[in-house]
Amino acid sequence: MSDISNKNSHWVNENEWNPDSVTKLTTEQERYYQASQWQLMWWKFRKHRVALISGIFLVTVYFSLLISEFLNPYNPNHRHTDYLYMPPQEVHFTHEGEFIGPFVYGTKGEFDLKTWQWVYEEDMSDIQKIRFFCSSNDYAGAEYEFWGGLFTGDTHLFCPAPGGQLFLMGTDRLGRDMLSRMGYGGRISLTVGIVGIAISFVMGITIGGIAGYYGGFIDSTIQRVIEIIRSFPQLPLWMALSAALPVTWSPILVFFGLTIILGMLDWPGLARAVRSKLLSLREEDFAVAANLMGASPKRIIMRHLMPSFMSHLIASASLSIPAMILGETALSYLGLGLRPPITSWGVLLNEVQNINDIVLHPWLIVPMISVVLVVLAFNFLGDGLRDASDPYK
Amino acid sequence: MFGYIARRLLIMIPTMLVISALVFIIIQLPPGDYLTTLINELQAQGESGEERIAYYRELYGLDQPMIIQYFNWLWGMLHGDFGHSFEYDLPVSEVVGDRMSLTFVLNFFTILFIYIVAFPIGVYSAVRQYSVGDYSLTLIGYLGLATPNFLLALILLYIAKAYFGVDVGGLMDEQYIDAPWSMDKALSVLEHLWVPVIVIGTSGTASMIRRLRANLLDELHKQYVITARAKGLSPKKALVKYPLRMALNPFISDIGNLIPDVISGSAIVAVVLGLETTGPMLLNALLAQDIYLAGSFLMFVALLTVVGMLVSDLALALLDPRIRLGAEASK
Repeated sequence: MSDISNKNSHWVNENEWNPDSVTKLTTEQERYYQASQWQLMWWKFRKHRVALISGIFLVTVYFSLLISEFLNPYNPNHRHTDYLYMPPQEVHFTHEGEFIGPFVYGTKGEFDLKTWQWVYEEDMSDIQKIRFFCSSNDYAGAEYEFWGGLFTGDTHLFCPAPGGQLFLMGTDRLGRDMLSRMGYGGRISLTVGIVGIAISFVMGITIGGIAGYYGGFIDSTIQRVIEIIRSFPQLPLWMALSAALPVTWSPILVFFGLTIILGMLDWPGLARAVRSKLLSLREEDFAVAANLMGASPKRIIMRHLMPSFMSHLIASASLSIPAMILGETALSYLGLGLRPPITSWGVLLNEVQNINDIVLHPWLIVPMISVVLVVLAFNFLGDGLRDASDPYK
Repeated sequence: MFGYIARRLLIMIPTMLVISALVFIIIQLPPGDYLTTLINELQAQGESGEERIAYYRELYGLDQPMIIQYFNWLWGMLHGDFGHSFEYDLPVSEVVGDRMSLTFVLNFFTILFIYIVAFPIGVYSAVRQYSVGDYSLTLIGYLGLATPNFLLALILLYIAKAYFGVDVGGLMDEQYIDAPWSMDKALSVLEHLWVPVIVIGTSGTASMIRRLRANLLDELHKQYVITARAKGLSPKKALVKYPLRMALNPFISDIGNLIPDVISGSAIVAVVLGLETTGPMLLNALLAQDIYLAGSFLMFVALLTVVGMLVSDLALALLDPRIRLGAEASK
């Protein structure tokens, strides 16, 4: 008996148990190990400088769309009939060596009957100081209706001198201010991307989820459909579908129709990503456990599987938004997309149809810069998000 | 290998059938058709033109149900009869003329251009990661991706016109349009080809460079490369012998993504540059509801894509024995 009790007796440390006794974690390591997945992603994303700046830029741009009326000096549809095809005015700071602050010289236009063109000349004696935060109704095209007629106003961030003009990006064929048109055009162009991606996101997750979770016959059918849609060049398909939008539709209906077309053709990529992730994840222990405990497929997909690859989806979605913005621009440029009076960047670029347009009025192509900037920012942001979406790597 | 090719060819048939059905639905989508427009036009001019309309109705069976119209159309296409262009009042095959072959040539050279340019630059960017050259090439790549190619075409037109006084539009000198093919015409096409090729190819090249760079970097960081280097293999051999070959697979298979992009790009660039390819005519046909003409063009671009995918799959099978052997085994 004593033998056995002897065998069982063992040495016990009297001290309190301390898991950190062997390797002590620094506070930094502790913070890292205790952080949630989303926190880790944010830390990783923050390190990607360009992506962070692009993100801030895009958020600013989207918020500025809410107050386009205030930020732009003119109503985008007001026609300044004395200033057709006027080139951009130059902003000066000094007049004859004397500092005045930002101003433009008054400009007079004349129609040259020989070349059949408008010719504009600066009047060096007419100094028109640019006003800031002006709240006056003393020039044409100043008033606006805010947020769909909720209230009217005439306060602008900057505006021309009383009785003067300020066309920093020139005017178009009908004498409308290009800068203001660009500002308002962003509203439509950028909304198309967001609404389109929302449609594509919902469709991609639903269809990809069904394919990936059930597998078998459903999966292979959906796979074939995706392959067929993807094997069709996007632009001709967009062109054909938007040409099919009835001419009798109002511009707003056309806008929604176009957005739905763009979104409907974008989902295959997302659906594929969802499917392949689901296929690998549904074999994991936690998914099997949830299934054995009687969770419904919907709950397993939405509650257990989705969160683990949501970040990937967001990253790939942010990479398809620019494709939609470019798609809208291309279609409107071809005259198949949005139509005036709706103003989008594509509609603005529609004015530049051939070589003569650009050679005579090169400033009409300026909306392109905003397209390129926004698309560039979305690409950088998407790259940063993609890197951050897998923070354990 | 033959089994693989045969299987791959067989898959194409149902794909093309579904695509043809889709195309037919799409071209029939717009409310009304060209005939209704024609009737209105003739009535406005005070003619009745009933004979002509009745003739068309008869010819295309426009009174028959959709499904029969579809099979008529499909059957005709299989026999080389693409239908009748209402707008030009000619058979589609005559209206189209050279356009399809020119589109093919344009897209072929663009893809060739993309591969020739992307390959060395991609390898360079990966090998010299984070060098000045890599950074500047990456930046140019991002810009290339962000600029819509029709705008690039406009800018190029502008620069050529404003600074060099030349018109770079078109795909051949004017005297060769509608002329029969000759050596001079072919040369003229080649002379004009480079502008659209560069314009269409830019974004494809940019994305290809990024992909090759990423693939090659993945390979270069693997342990077998480090082992090879540690054992004294020359840097060149430790790059070309294995990592590059591994990185080539996705590079080749990506042609499946590339072809639809290039064809999309060429359609819109052709409109801007006024090329004698399918793009501008497709646009007009869509706007004028010239359904058989539009349908033929849509079928053509789809066929071009599907065949391109086939070629890329075959190239991949040649390159990677796992694919063709896998196919043999599963038979």
